Amino acid sequence: MTVFLLRRLLQAAAVVLVMSLLVFLGVYAIGDPVEILISPEADQIERERAIRALGLDLPLWQQYLVFLGRALQGDLGRSFVFNEPALQLILQRMPATLELAVGATLVALVIGLPLGLYAGLRPHAPVAKGILAGSILGFSLPTFWVGLMLIMVFAVQLGWLPSTGRGETVTVLGMRWSFLTRDGLAHMVMPALNLSLFKTSLVIRLTRAGVRETMLMDYVKFARAKGLSPARITFVHVFKNILIPVVTVVGLEFGGTIAFSVVTESVFAWPGMGKLIIDSINVLDRPVMVAYLMIIVLMFITINLVVDITYSLLDPRVRLEGKS
Amino acid sequence: MSSATAGTPATSPPQAAAVETPFRRFVAEFAESRLALFGLGLFLLIAAAALLAPWIAPQDPYDLAQLDIMDGRLEPGSPSGDGRMTYWLGTDDQGRDMLSGILYGLRISLGVGAGSAILACLVGASLGMLAAYAGGRTDGLIMRLVDLQLSFPAILAALMILAFLGKGVLNVVIALVVVEWAYYARTVRGTALVERRREYIEAAQCLALPTRRIIFRHLLPNCLPPLIVVGTMQVARAIALEATLSFLGLGVPITEPSLGLLIANGYEYMLSGKYWISFYPGIALLVTIVAINLVGDQLRDVLNPRLKK
Repeated sequence: MTVFLLRRLLQAAAVVLVMSLLVFLGVYAIGDPVEILISPEADQIERERAIRALGLDLPLWQQYLVFLGRALQGDLGRSFVFNEPALQLILQRMPATLELAVGATLVALVIGLPLGLYAGLRPHAPVAKGILAGSILGFSLPTFWVGLMLIMVFAVQLGWLPSTGRGETVTVLGMRWSFLTRDGLAHMVMPALNLSLFKTSLVIRLTRAGVRETMLMDYVKFARAKGLSPARITFVHVFKNILIPVVTVVGLEFGGTIAFSVVTESVFAWPGMGKLIIDSINVLDRPVMVAYLMIIVLMFITINLVVDITYSLLDPRVRLEGKS
Repeated sequence: MSSATAGTPATSPPQAAAVETPFRRFVAEFAESRLALFGLGLFLLIAAAALLAPWIAPQDPYDLAQLDIMDGRLEPGSPSGDGRMTYWLGTDDQGRDMLSGILYGLRISLGVGAGSAILACLVGASLGMLAAYAGGRTDGLIMRLVDLQLSFPAILAALMILAFLGKGVLNVVIALVVVEWAYYARTVRGTALVERRREYIEAAQCLALPTRRIIFRHLLPNCLPPLIVVGTMQVARAIALEATLSFLGLGVPITEPSLGLLIANGYEYMLSGKYWISFYPGIALLVTIVAINLVGDQLRDVLNPRLKK
């Protein structure tokens, strides 16, 4: 297990390094770094001082090492627009994105698992076909457009739910959360539903496929022959076994959900990281872009790592793979 | 999606029909699904409408001389101020006929989608083929790149590329190619690795045919079926991604509006109940994507030997 962990950690570190190089090249090689990193209002003397301070007179490989060193210390530059450290700016908005992503994941599981289970147990029932068709639609529908339609129906025409923003928040552990207030929850319903669209379809399909496959297994036949109740077979023997792939994919998709929240946050003006990055791109606030990209990369690698480790705990074959 | 198909039990191999050519059999099998035929018909109709937009659109939405600002934000079915035409799908804030705007928008959306898919296919298939044929370190390097690309969400990668490159139709195509080539590379490599061990490749190698000929005339044609399936699905994906990027204001420029940009333009009017500016372009987008996916689903069933009845 230790060897497996070490190997995975090393791999993860290597990917972070590669991605930091890509980000570095992206910002520093495309376009003039002076233009990118020094505020356009600076005069000639300020510019030269900044060039020296930022080490832009050094050769490229040395600059990369400096960039890397600063990044390791958590210094990813200051936002031109907010004049705050970029990292801090993003971390401030992270709770909003996280709660939205968690909310969307919960919605996907709560809706997707039962529907997928039903569609898998009764594949030929008309309702099951409807569920499957719905999941295909969920893959096809452009998320941002569905978001707009949700606003149109539930906020503009019916007036049931607020259209944009985060609503009332409560500060817990120094971070502002919406899900703890009634108003905040009301604001969260539509964005979470919108963000979960793709994921719900995915959970439905995975669960359905898993159930259909598992129902044919010998141990299910044996359980049935033993005279166990259908409910026990479904929820203990089948359900437990299909949870592994579903949990893996949902876990892996969590990163994707955070990435895709860029779209949902823009539609619903949800003040999270995604909205921040879109605004930053529109005003060319490059330090924030770099910081966001590095945080997302780290997040992805951590998620992959956690999923891998969880997987190896659930299924010993994974960690023994390299040994035999 | 692959896990969903993997769940379907494999059935016995197909019975070879006597005088049928493979292509005829493919057509016959494809036509078995009415839904897929419907999708194909719908797609052809949409493609034709997009191609013929300058001739069938009621007005040229980008000829400012034809627009009347007084006709702005009219409801669907309203007659134009000068009484010459009816705005069946309403008008936007500039007094532009939405139907014409959608027809022209489809041109950009389909063009970007198909163009990026073809380019990504060329890049991805070449690299995948190279990985499979060369093996060893080349294979390792290419596949690590593929893994890296696929572990990162397409929307974010495209967002970042466009943030660095700026808006523009060509830039969107570049971004889409960068985020999509990996799917093709993985698909081609997987198939090519299997095909390469077959006897006909061995025979070709024994005949001392040049490597280029073996790859392009023998190996590649046999890797086409899965490539076609992935390609179809990726066109739909590319169209959706382009629409999303344009909606976020990072995709196509305002002078060449795709469906995504049309939807974005209607966003601010949505809250005042003027739904049609965003609604109809969205429907056009949705119908296009669903039509392509219906075709793709059936292609996958027909071209996947594991699912053969």
